[in-house]
Amino acid sequence: MNDPVDVLIIGGGASGAAVAWNLAETRMRIVCLEQGDWPQSSDYPSNGRNWESRQSEDFAISPNRRASSADYPVNDDASPIKVANFNGVGGGTVLYAGHFPRFHPSDFRVRSLDGVADDWPIDYRTLEPFYALNDRMMGIAGLAGDPAYPDKEAVMPPLPLGKTGETFGQAMNELGWHWWPCDAAINSREYEGRAPCINLGHCGHGCAQGAKSSTDITYWQEALRNRVEVRTRCRVSRIETNEDRMATGAWYFDANGEEVFQPAEIVVMACNGIGTPRILLNSASERFPDGLANSSGLVGRNLMFHPYALVRGRFDKTLDGFRGSRVFMWSMEFYETDPARGYVRGYCYQFTRGFGPVMQAINGMADGLVPWGEGHHDAYRRLFDRQAGMVSICEDLPEEINTVTLDTSLRDGNGIPAPKITYRIGENTQRMLDHSVARGTEILLKAGAQDIVTRSPLSYAGWHLLGTARMGTDPKRSVVNEWGRSHDVKNLFIVDGSVFVTSGGVNPTSTIQAIALYVSDQIKARLHDLFD
Amino acid sequence: MTSSTELVALSSEQFECLRLIVGHMIPASEKHGVPGADDPKIMADMAGTIGRDFDALSAILDIVNAAAGGHLGDLHTAEQRDLLADLRLRDSALFGVIEAVAARAYYRDDRVLKSIGVEPRAPFPQGYVVDEGDWSLLDPVRRRGAIYRDAG
Ligand SMILES: Cc1cc2nc3c(=O)[nH]c(=O)nc-3n(C[C@H](O)[C@H](O)[C@H](O)COP(=O)(O)OP(=O)(O)OC[C@H]3O[C@@H](n4cnc5c(N)ncnc54)[C@H](O)[C@@H]3O)c2cc1C
Repeated sequence: MNDPVDVLIIGGGASGAAVAWNLAETRMRIVCLEQGDWPQSSDYPSNGRNWESRQSEDFAISPNRRASSADYPVNDDASPIKVANFNGVGGGTVLYAGHFPRFHPSDFRVRSLDGVADDWPIDYRTLEPFYALNDRMMGIAGLAGDPAYPDKEAVMPPLPLGKTGETFGQAMNELGWHWWPCDAAINSREYEGRAPCINLGHCGHGCAQGAKSSTDITYWQEALRNRVEVRTRCRVSRIETNEDRMATGAWYFDANGEEVFQPAEIVVMACNGIGTPRILLNSASERFPDGLANSSGLVGRNLMFHPYALVRGRFDKTLDGFRGSRVFMWSMEFYETDPARGYVRGYCYQFTRGFGPVMQAINGMADGLVPWGEGHHDAYRRLFDRQAGMVSICEDLPEEINTVTLDTSLRDGNGIPAPKITYRIGENTQRMLDHSVARGTEILLKAGAQDIVTRSPLSYAGWHLLGTARMGTDPKRSVVNEWGRSHDVKNLFIVDGSVFVTSGGVNPTSTIQAIALYVSDQIKARLHDLFD
Repeated sequence: MTSSTELVALSSEQFECLRLIVGHMIPASEKHGVPGADDPKIMADMAGTIGRDFDALSAILDIVNAAAGGHLGDLHTAEQRDLLADLRLRDSALFGVIEAVAARAYYRDDRVLKSIGVEPRAPFPQGYVVDEGDWSLLDPVRRRGAIYRDAG
């Protein structure tokens, strides 16, 4: 058995890193167990001539395709949207695009404003200082003054618009629709010892330049300096409890496959919206027969993904192609509810540049724009460096039928049951997807695009994993309270995307991390009566 | 990072089938001065980078050979083309894997990259230049004022 620690964090991704850093100043003994390794920037695809083929190998976004020793399989056969993640120090931030919008104030009050789902027990103002702190810790590029948000400071200048941004900016102006350079977790200049972006165009498969703010090179570096210990290749199987219904620590498989117990005073779950319910459900015991922290029956329910639609067109001028950050500009024009649209809540657009040579060919053929045979080369050259578009990120409302459960036969390399996803797209979300495809097409036409292709929903886009251990004040309707502590187990906290009450219509990581900082602040402030 | 994928080679029948298919997919072009995807150097590269698509690819190649009555190569070129068109019509997704495998090797060949105006090099460490863009385009957005909903 290991020596006891004060705080055991399970999962070293976006939220686990933020909590570790924030708690480090307390001088408590903190250990993080992470099933994957430290990523090495020299391994990232953009180091090699074969960069595009390497994107679909060790740094592929699907855990089922990577199937490395750090990964657990996910049975997502019963879902039109397939799970994407990264299992290693940094978690999903190693592969994320770095689109870094905050939630909007209305996102926390959807029941009051629109009569759907539930209000959050916290609001934008509560999280505002933590958003700002997180922006500084991660290093966020952006431009102050976005009319879609309350005032917020920019940590560093925005990323270049490029030819693509200019083209879309002009079109949006003609339509009279909102757009703005996006907040991006990518250095536009040197920041805290990390180099600026050099437009590798590679954000989605690990940034060799270290300009993208993944938590292995931001929070974790600071946390390590403050003596937090990260134990890699350690996969937690279940949380142990005692007769007082308190967590006593966690069982995990170490790098040699030995099952070891780590005793702890406080356990913090940060395994994401799929990994966390998986471990809680796998921690079922005589005391907690339905899984740990699950007296509400809501652990693993209300899974939200953010269904995406894609709209892309061909221009008769050269744009940026694959060069440049993946993210550079957003539109919040259709974010807030407008009953005339036939659905409630809304979505944001994340504009996208073009493809690398290989992906251009693959997508061109898949979209029917690049034929086999004779016409291949001419058609390819008409597209290459001339395509651009956008994706819509649609708010997914919580529905209890969308679940993470334990698969009865599929297991990971340590024999731990794999998660099984059962998910369908709700009617409101479907109408929103359709709306976003129609408006996206309008934007592209206005910008002068031809050969417009659309995909809805994007199937390999299950990268926002939310809602499966929701936050709330009522123990019957939520898993953790308004400051992240389990209603049932008083020394168990959840800080990842599982605690989301609703999904918002923006990428979630800045909100996940703001919540992680907020919950860890609550832990610090309440240390003397934390378990009361 | 350890990969769960063992390096296994295609059989010679499968490899020949692949060569014929990618030759139909991306033929050589005199006009653009590029080889076809069945070029020996590109094929050698392709064989080494099938990676995690190996199982799916070999299954499809077996399907194509079987549909050709044993070996795709036993058919005349025009028959091969017609059979492939027919199979693609029936199940276009089936060929997505072959398209990916072919494109990954073809579109990193130096001759091909030069012909589409791309420097044949790794993106890192040199990177690329992207225009800053015209920030005055934001003036109308600013003039319109706040659009977020007051949540009370
Ligand atoms: C391809 C891709 C693109 C994305 N783009 C964006 C974007 O542009 N903007 C945005 O906001 N978000 C984006 N995301 C999502 C973003 O990465 C996640 O929202 C964020 O990382 C979630 O943080 P988390 O702390 O909840 O979980 P994660 O970051 O997923 O971290 C969970 C960690 O827990 C570990 N873990 C899980 N189970 C166990 C166990 N049993 N034992 C030990 N360790 C365990 C995992 O290995 C992992 O490291 C993207 C994700 C992907 C995959």
